[in-house]
Amino acid sequence: MVNTTQPTTDLSPPSTVKQIQDERLRDVSLVTKIMRRPELGALAGLILVAIFFASTADASMFTLAGIMNILSPAAQLGILAIAAALLMIGGEFDLSIGSMVAFTGLIFGAFLTLNSWPLLLAIVATFAVAALLGGLNGQIVIRSRLPSFIVTLAFLFILRGLSLVGLKWATGGSTQMRGIGDQAGEGLIRELFSGVAFEGVFAWLAANDLIGKFPNGTPTVTGVPVSIVWFVGFALVATWILLRTRAGNWIFAAGGDPNAARNSGVPVDRVKTALFMLTAFAAALVAVLTVLDAGSTDARRGFQKEFEAIIAAVIGGCLLTGGYGSAIGAFFGAIIFGMVSIGLTYTRFDSDWFQVFLGAMLLLAVLFNNFIRRKVTGER
Amino acid sequence: MENQVPLIEIRNLVKHFGSVIALSGVSLNVHRGEVMCLLGDNGAGKSTLIKTLAGVHKPTSGDFLVEGKPVSFASPRDALDAGIATVYQDLAMIPLMSVTRNFFMGREPVKGVWPFRRVDFDHCDEVTREEMHKIGIDVRDPHQAVGTLSGGERQCVAIARAVYFGAKVLILDEPTSALGVAQTSMVLKYIHQVRQRGLGVIFITHNVRHAYAVGDRFTVLNRGKTLGTYAKSEIAIDELQNLMAGGKELQAVSAELGGMV
Repeated sequence: MVNTTQPTTDLSPPSTVKQIQDERLRDVSLVTKIMRRPELGALAGLILVAIFFASTADASMFTLAGIMNILSPAAQLGILAIAAALLMIGGEFDLSIGSMVAFTGLIFGAFLTLNSWPLLLAIVATFAVAALLGGLNGQIVIRSRLPSFIVTLAFLFILRGLSLVGLKWATGGSTQMRGIGDQAGEGLIRELFSGVAFEGVFAWLAANDLIGKFPNGTPTVTGVPVSIVWFVGFALVATWILLRTRAGNWIFAAGGDPNAARNSGVPVDRVKTALFMLTAFAAALVAVLTVLDAGSTDARRGFQKEFEAIIAAVIGGCLLTGGYGSAIGAFFGAIIFGMVSIGLTYTRFDSDWFQVFLGAMLLLAVLFNNFIRRKVTGER
Repeated sequence: MENQVPLIEIRNLVKHFGSVIALSGVSLNVHRGEVMCLLGDNGAGKSTLIKTLAGVHKPTSGDFLVEGKPVSFASPRDALDAGIATVYQDLAMIPLMSVTRNFFMGREPVKGVWPFRRVDFDHCDEVTREEMHKIGIDVRDPHQAVGTLSGGERQCVAIARAVYFGAKVLILDEPTSALGVAQTSMVLKYIHQVRQRGLGVIFITHNVRHAYAVGDRFTVLNRGKTLGTYAKSEIAIDELQNLMAGGKELQAVSAELGGMV
């Protein structure tokens, strides 16, 4: 009925077939290697956008001051985008990031002005509340097995609403809370979260005529805004965690296929909860940075930032289905954002083109990512 | 082989899910250096049995012994620690991740002190390349995504991973059912290699030909019960086929179609 030795007699053809395939692989290996980097698209996009503005925008855009102008909004968005990227790689979304910025901004302000807590305590308490809320988000998603899209959409409205109600309650009817900057006081902690860094370096550079200075000798750019330092630092740490640590491998695994990951002993639920806490943490960091900078907070803080963060993450190479992407890609994605939103004001184009650009860029990035994924996995 | 203590022995294993009786008295054992084939048609209870052995389900009643000692697993991790590794048909690998990252997933070796503790990827790459070489898959670049490997290669990588991490018993859940002829022979050849290294293998399949090619003994499962265990010398392949199909119908169909089923 059946020839049982058939499998063994078939052994030679597969090995020759395999060799041919391998030779083909070797030919394209260099291209494949480059293609395998998820942040390739974002980097290429950034170069294209830079070329576009270099040829159309006023030359002042690419001076030191202009670059700081671009990087400031990029930094605020980027901190959120990097956390969103890690969460997306882990296979989940967080639509509550923007509202979380407003809400943590409010409680940070309340801790300072209503409770008159010292700055350090207020910051630590704000981060603790954020971690709690992020953990709650994560636990609901994990236990209910609902899509995180829906759960965090609920929190988008809950937290935005709470911010409005809370602000009115705390200020007696206003949707803006003032006087936070004065309450925060001065000192080392404040320096860490507001103002500029590396002032000494910039003063030295100006003194040696390496950067522009005013006639009185002070440099035109006095330092790097601290939010940019946080942004760069966070991007580096996140990239290192993602690519070099156990936790990073678990994030890829949790997003790539949670069942396979669980079968291999990866604590998927713990990883996802930690990632939800991280996005909330990032939102709290942005809240502290921006509230201290402005000296006040309002209910519109972080408005629509959740979408921008996800768009930056997608431009940075994250797949909507999880399991693939990069933190450094989100870093470039956020810089593209900053460059376009600020850059358009240096050109003669209407700056409302920004929205059009945003949508087009997102669509392009998704198409490109899908193409790359098929290349990487060898799907046809 | 009879005087050895079996690696895994189960006796009269029963598993109920509410009012559903998934297993009603299954007995099975597997020894070192042996491929035990578990045969059964759809709905025979193969999946429930594997999941019970792998620590996903707890048996309702019956004995479960590993190397002669009774065990009770609370989670798949416990089963893994006891040396029982399960390779699921399609849930073994993550296609978007590299071969190395898949190979060490969940068991990454680390170096350095916290907070600078990191995965020793150089070591991982080296081990992966070596292990792949041993099973005859020449991975030039262990960073290539698992998605670029063929189905058979993926199964082999999953098995190699289990072997590398010290499995004593391998449970293979239909490793060949989705594969073509060439791929199947690659996996079967590797199962044979694993047996020679002294591991016990439980090979679940509904393909009698694949089972007969590598199996030492055959246990047939039907409607949650074992119909019996036969050594290869005791049973011919078409008898096995009939036993598994559970009766005469298939024989009748087979006769009608000229003996081709």
